[in-house]
Amino acid sequence: MAARPDSKHARIKDARHESTLFRRRAIAGFLLIVACLSLLGARFFYLQVSRHEEFSSRSDSNRISIRRIVPSRGLIYDRNGVLLADNTAAFRLEVVPEQVGRMDAMLEALGAVVPLSEDDVQHFNALRRTKRPFDSVPLRLKLSEDEIARFSVERWRFPGVDVVPYLTRSYPLGEEFAHVVGYVGRIDINEAARLDADLYAGTTHIGKTGIERSYEAQLHGKPGYEQVEVNADKRVQHSIKREAPTPGNNLYLAIDSRLQKVAETAFAGRAGAAVAIDPRNGEVLAMVSIPTYDPNLFVNGINQIDYSTLLNAEDRPLLNRALAGGYLPGSTVKPYVALAGLELGIRKPEDTVLSTGEFYIPGDSKRAYRDDQRWGHGRVDLRQAIAQSVNTYFYGMALEMGIDRFSSSLGKFGFGKPTGIDLIGESSGVLPSREWKRGRFNQAWYPGETVIAGIGQGAWVITPIQLGQAVSIIAARGVRYPPHLLRAVQEGINTDPQPAPLAAPAPSIIHNAANWTAVEQGMIGVVNTPSGTAHGMGDGFPYVIAGKTGTAERFSRTDEEWTSIGSSPIQRHQVLFECFTPADDARIAVAVALEAGRNAAPIARAILDAWARYDDAPREVTLK
Amino acid sequence: MIEAAALERVFFDMRHRVQRALQRPALDLPLLGALLLLAITGLATLYSASNLDRHMVILQGLRFALGGVLMLLIARVPPTVLRNWTPWLYVASLLLLVVVAALGQGRGAHRWLDLKIMRFQPSELVKLTLPMMAAWYLHARELPPRWTALATLALLIGAPALLISREPDLGTALLVAASGVFAVFLAGLSWWRIGIALAGLGAVAPLAWPFMHEYQRNRMLMFLNPEADPLGNGWHIIQSEIAVGSGGWLGKGWHHGTQSQLEFLPEHTTDFIFAVFSEEWGLIGVLLLLALYIFIVGRGLWIASNARDTYSRLLAGSISMAFFVYVMVNGGMITGLLPVVGVPLPLISYGGTSAVSLLAGFGVLMSIHSHRRLLPR
Repeated sequence: MAARPDSKHARIKDARHESTLFRRRAIAGFLLIVACLSLLGARFFYLQVSRHEEFSSRSDSNRISIRRIVPSRGLIYDRNGVLLADNTAAFRLEVVPEQVGRMDAMLEALGAVVPLSEDDVQHFNALRRTKRPFDSVPLRLKLSEDEIARFSVERWRFPGVDVVPYLTRSYPLGEEFAHVVGYVGRIDINEAARLDADLYAGTTHIGKTGIERSYEAQLHGKPGYEQVEVNADKRVQHSIKREAPTPGNNLYLAIDSRLQKVAETAFAGRAGAAVAIDPRNGEVLAMVSIPTYDPNLFVNGINQIDYSTLLNAEDRPLLNRALAGGYLPGSTVKPYVALAGLELGIRKPEDTVLSTGEFYIPGDSKRAYRDDQRWGHGRVDLRQAIAQSVNTYFYGMALEMGIDRFSSSLGKFGFGKPTGIDLIGESSGVLPSREWKRGRFNQAWYPGETVIAGIGQGAWVITPIQLGQAVSIIAARGVRYPPHLLRAVQEGINTDPQPAPLAAPAPSIIHNAANWTAVEQGMIGVVNTPSGTAHGMGDGFPYVIAGKTGTAERFSRTDEEWTSIGSSPIQRHQVLFECFTPADDARIAVAVALEAGRNAAPIARAILDAWARYDDAPREVTLK
Repeated sequence: MIEAAALERVFFDMRHRVQRALQRPALDLPLLGALLLLAITGLATLYSASNLDRHMVILQGLRFALGGVLMLLIARVPPTVLRNWTPWLYVASLLLLVVVAALGQGRGAHRWLDLKIMRFQPSELVKLTLPMMAAWYLHARELPPRWTALATLALLIGAPALLISREPDLGTALLVAASGVFAVFLAGLSWWRIGIALAGLGAVAPLAWPFMHEYQRNRMLMFLNPEADPLGNGWHIIQSEIAVGSGGWLGKGWHHGTQSQLEFLPEHTTDFIFAVFSEEWGLIGVLLLLALYIFIVGRGLWIASNARDTYSRLLAGSISMAFFVYVMVNGGMITGLLPVVGVPLPLISYGGTSAVSLLAGFGVLMSIHSHRRLLPR
């Protein structure tokens, strides 16, 4: 059946001709092939030689990727080396958006494995818009071990999502230092826009409040980088070159955590603030604001409920009262009014004034300005006037000074302007002045306002840190050392902490030392004479304490609120206390504001006791 | 009856033949040496491209061994026997293609026929049976062929090529069609007829566009402008060009090709293995490899020229020239000279079926060579 074609056509086939024809065609075909392969070779030459440089660099940029190494944030210590802000290891989820197909679907699927809050997702979405698509963006912080385990099992489903170790901030002393140290939080979209992208590459957190914020530049450090070889999935194969990051500087605060602890405890949860300052250099030894909050809540994203609870609480725990709490100073301004009056030559220390219980502006008998004792204090000199807090004495003194001299003299103690402490969010308060009233209400100043300004009433608003600064100025005999929290900076773990530079203080604002002595004696009298308003406050204390009380009504007596609070004087009044010790050679000055209470002096005493217990200076035994 | 007698004789002669094969193998030593060198190069490249995967290399080596045994066996079969079997083999392979088209199984593409014990790709068979058929047909006719003969040949070539291209396996369809066309070319088809045929083909080619698969169209578009979608469809071409280009004159060295080792290069053990070779051995290596291929093709054509009849000449010639098509299409693909078509680099790309069918083809060449003068019966 098989055909035998050769037999059929053998006659007309010319084998020799066919062979020659084939040979010619084979040669033609071979030449064609050589030509084609030469063309291919030329193409190789074009790619491998002519464009070698270009492809070589593209190959390198394929395989080499630069990873930023985030520096570890500087630690924060108190003056004795007690750790206030620490870095602890934790794990978080990071996403490289470029490697994720459908982001929404992925987030939804991931949410079933590792819980993602609405906040996390919102924050992530906002943040990734500020980053390049191949940058890793944190999605969920502080994963629990359980969450890490669950994700690891499902990881294959989520290309571009990784568990990454990182250092998270923790505050071992928590609430006690919330208002001083502050906290770090996730970089938000506004911050991301203004931060140096290179310096903050890979950094997720930034100081939001307190020392964490004001010394952000010191604490942050400088990122290092690593040149790594990556594969097509951008997974790191190995390191080519590495430059270590420079960790942030460690900060030593002037605060003594033992004093801080005592001060916080002394408030027993009552709202208020206290500041303790070393008048010799302005170092803030303690600074508390009650109520407070747990800064650790904020580090890895506070949940909405916790946050609104804190934000809307009536006693405003997020407010740093020491810096931004506005208080009527009341009688605590009397030492400054006294010193100003003496320095201006309005009175001599031994000049006496008759306190009858009522004071009238000459030529105006309609309005009486009262003493706190209905029948008055009788004849008092300056020392007695301070010790017994005799209003009449200061009414007259202020009136004689006049508002302009009053405000410029009292301004020298730092009232009406921020102290410049190294924290953000300080209030200016209000120093009564003609300009202030003109600016605020566009109204003229009345002499009656000068009178009540003399006893710290009326337009006055001060902050506890201002009061602390003012009493420190008196304690330092008129020299102002700006209050500050930073005591020393340690650059790198192998170096000794270097003291933070101090500005040279301005010369004393007191020209006559006798004036200072008189005021000091008045303040000693407050604590140490039977008629003193804080009598007994210094009993049993190893040094002489000089102090001054202050009480102000929180509400005007005509206020609805006043009547509704009713009879409780604790609710009606805010009490203040300022003091320094040892009286002749002050090493600590304290200002306390208690928003609802009868007496702020015990809080000051508790701080002083702690200070005396822990003070390293040799004990001086001072007999009363 | 005559073939039956021939068959009988073959079987009776078997013991004698095996003895003779062991004593004096019917092989062309230069061609065998070149193939051996190529296979060794292929295994070395594969070892690097697979990131030192011994298992893959051993598996590939076993396939080479299987192909080598098949080559030796075919080399013992006289061309006249092959010629007699040709129409049956052709029809059988065509039927298998139809079966594959009807119920074939494959990953996305219907190329495989699952025979339970092994998977079999009929299109690989056609790579041999089609040039055999073309040679058989032309052998019996006056050469150079005329229009009527051309029409028959167009049918003989077109039918399997079309079936394979619908699998879809454009690369194999191209190789199959090329081997048939080369037979016609070598038969001495006059240049003006070639011109007209090429012009006609060029005019008809755009009509194929609507019948192409989506991915085939994408490949076409990407070939024209790969940078339009550098992370998607253009990725293969761009990464391949980067691999080749970054190789430079001398290459990055064996197992130092970052493009392949770090998996930027897709399919780096199969279709794109030439890019790995180019990256690691540079232009020098590429030129040496191309020279080796040219030598094999040239040697094949030399064997063809010295063959004793038209059938042998055309068969050997078209197998040799089809071998070149592998190299050209694959090399053109990895350098961006030609669109992406799945054609392996012969004896270098990882994968069994093409290695086995290639070596079987060289078996035919060996047979033609060893029977160029001797009469088998």
